[in-house]
Amino acid sequence: MATTEHSTHQPAPLSLYLATFGMLMFLTILTIFAGFQNFGMWSTPIALGIAGVKAALVVVIFMHGYSSSPLTWVIILASMFFMTIMLGLMLSDYMSRGWAM
Amino acid sequence: MASVSLESETFKKFADVAGRDNDVNYLNHDHSITSWLFTLDHKRIGLLYLVTITLMFLLGGALAGAIRLELLTPKGDFLTADTYNKAFTAHGIIMLFFFLIPSIPAVLGNFLVPLMIGAKDVAFPRLNLFSYYLYFAGSVIALTALLLGGVDTGWTFYTPFSSTYSNSYVIVMAVGLFVVGFSSILTGLNFIITVHRMRCPGLTWFRLPLFIWGIYATSVVQLLGTPVIAVTLGLLGVERTLGVGIFDPRLGGDPILFQHLFWFYSHPAVYIMILPSLGVASEVIATFSRKNVFGYHIIAFSSIAIAVFGFIVWAHHMFTTGMSPYAAMVFSLLTFSVAIPSGIKVFSWLATMYGGSISFDTPMIYIFGFLGLFTIGGMTGLFLSTLGTDIHLHDTYFIVAHFHYIMVGGAVLGYMAGLHYWWPKITGRLYSEFWGKLSAGITFIGFNFTFFPQFILGYLGMPRRYYEYPDEFQVLNVFSSAGATILAIGYLMPLVYMPYSFFFGEKANSNPYGGSTLEWTNTTSPPSPHNFEKTPVVTEEPYHYHGKEAAVVSH
Repeated sequence: MATTEHSTHQPAPLSLYLATFGMLMFLTILTIFAGFQNFGMWSTPIALGIAGVKAALVVVIFMHGYSSSPLTWVIILASMFFMTIMLGLMLSDYMSRGWAM
Repeated sequence: MASVSLESETFKKFADVAGRDNDVNYLNHDHSITSWLFTLDHKRIGLLYLVTITLMFLLGGALAGAIRLELLTPKGDFLTADTYNKAFTAHGIIMLFFFLIPSIPAVLGNFLVPLMIGAKDVAFPRLNLFSYYLYFAGSVIALTALLLGGVDTGWTFYTPFSSTYSNSYVIVMAVGLFVVGFSSILTGLNFIITVHRMRCPGLTWFRLPLFIWGIYATSVVQLLGTPVIAVTLGLLGVERTLGVGIFDPRLGGDPILFQHLFWFYSHPAVYIMILPSLGVASEVIATFSRKNVFGYHIIAFSSIAIAVFGFIVWAHHMFTTGMSPYAAMVFSLLTFSVAIPSGIKVFSWLATMYGGSISFDTPMIYIFGFLGLFTIGGMTGLFLSTLGTDIHLHDTYFIVAHFHYIMVGGAVLGYMAGLHYWWPKITGRLYSEFWGKLSAGITFIGFNFTFFPQFILGYLGMPRRYYEYPDEFQVLNVFSSAGATILAIGYLMPLVYMPYSFFFGEKANSNPYGGSTLEWTNTTSPPSPHNFEKTPVVTEEPYHYHGKEAAVVSH
């Protein structure tokens, strides 16, 4: 399995890393810009959406997810699953709390 | 590498005594101090952890002594209120983060995981040593916080007190815990990869000893949960130093968010402490009952189930915080589910013992204590997962008693059982069975005297974390403090007879208790530096006692 993993791993060109870095910087600026706008109830989903795209870029490009083995993707998806549990169950509190009281 | 420059007579004597009956073993193959401090041998790293966590345990125990001394009388006459707050905070932090969490995984796990899977070392030996030094650095930082004046927030660091109002050394302590958290993450990562990639030929997943299943499940929790507490403490530091609103309502934050994030790690952390003990129990019960483990597969899967369920029950610590009652109902129901795999384990162990040829050696005596105390701890947890009773019992001494039954009765007694069980393998020496059994008995009696009265105190309404209390609670508090004295004797005895046995004990053969797993059947006592002369090949299940019950092993 280790042989397969190594054989599929191609070193990415430097330009890809630089482009990804540029995109992350742009998205950071976009986050700050969005933070000063009033999107009402969409403010948080928009901020989380931008953050999600940034995290995906880091995992896929910088952490070499694009050329990793299926087992590595199992680990990545399992981690996301656990984070979903954390956020989902936490939101079960926030979305059903008696805020009016 | 020339590493004999710091060779000392003390170390040479230490190594010579330890290995005087074996040609070359991991204790005597190099005498220098640097060979210990820079060792990449998982067995030596395990011993480095053993020494360090024992020192931390003594410090945490001394703080517990101060707490019990203060509570001997209703008035605050030994510690001031502020000092009392700092004492119980330090006791909790030291015992949890610097003793219990690294106890079995870092000491016994380091020593045993490669031996039990037929490997020469863990997957990343350098990372393993780095983990130890992270633990050491975290300990130094935490002790610095204590020496500077301590922390008064309780080990839970609840906001907004910790982020806004406390005048103690919260940031320094948080940095210490942040660092030690990474030690835990890296140890877990190392074990997961070791178990996946370094098993010897023939050692399939369902031929793994149940201790390995316990350590594996623990490692998953360490890897997935610990980053959350690291981030949470980081956010706490950001709010406290920079005034960024995360948990403080005045700044637009939510203090309950801290509790969600804190308990998302800290409840699974209970399973980091208890799952390895459950693994030790399976090993000890099989060996000393001379029986194949009843329900091997279901015990293995119940370890994984406990690890998974542990992540979805955290808010049962928060029922009285003002969280949504609807979410509380969901968490209450989910919490009950943890009892299922725990119950499966207990019944499987009882079934393993049933009809077995039980021998009452020291490790087994500790496990008998463990079984009773862990069961009481687990059952009282069901009282607390019930929404109605939790309202009454929350933040009372009932909680204190409950988690000590789990963490001391379960985790510490499991650790002591494991340490006694594998001591002949670790040192090549046998300790005195008389003193061992006596210490196990005294610990059990002292523990119950200490903590059972606290169930009653909590039921009667005595809140935790107060240094004064109404007069009517004194009798039970005196019981508890007296019990703590007995418990301390039980703890201190092994600190005498075990080191004594290391130097003067009878020599142990390679398998003094007749264990059937690889560390007993394929290595010497103590093991050679590279564990196995040749890579073992496994052809049968880990526990294969059928037809061998009559073969009483003498040692």
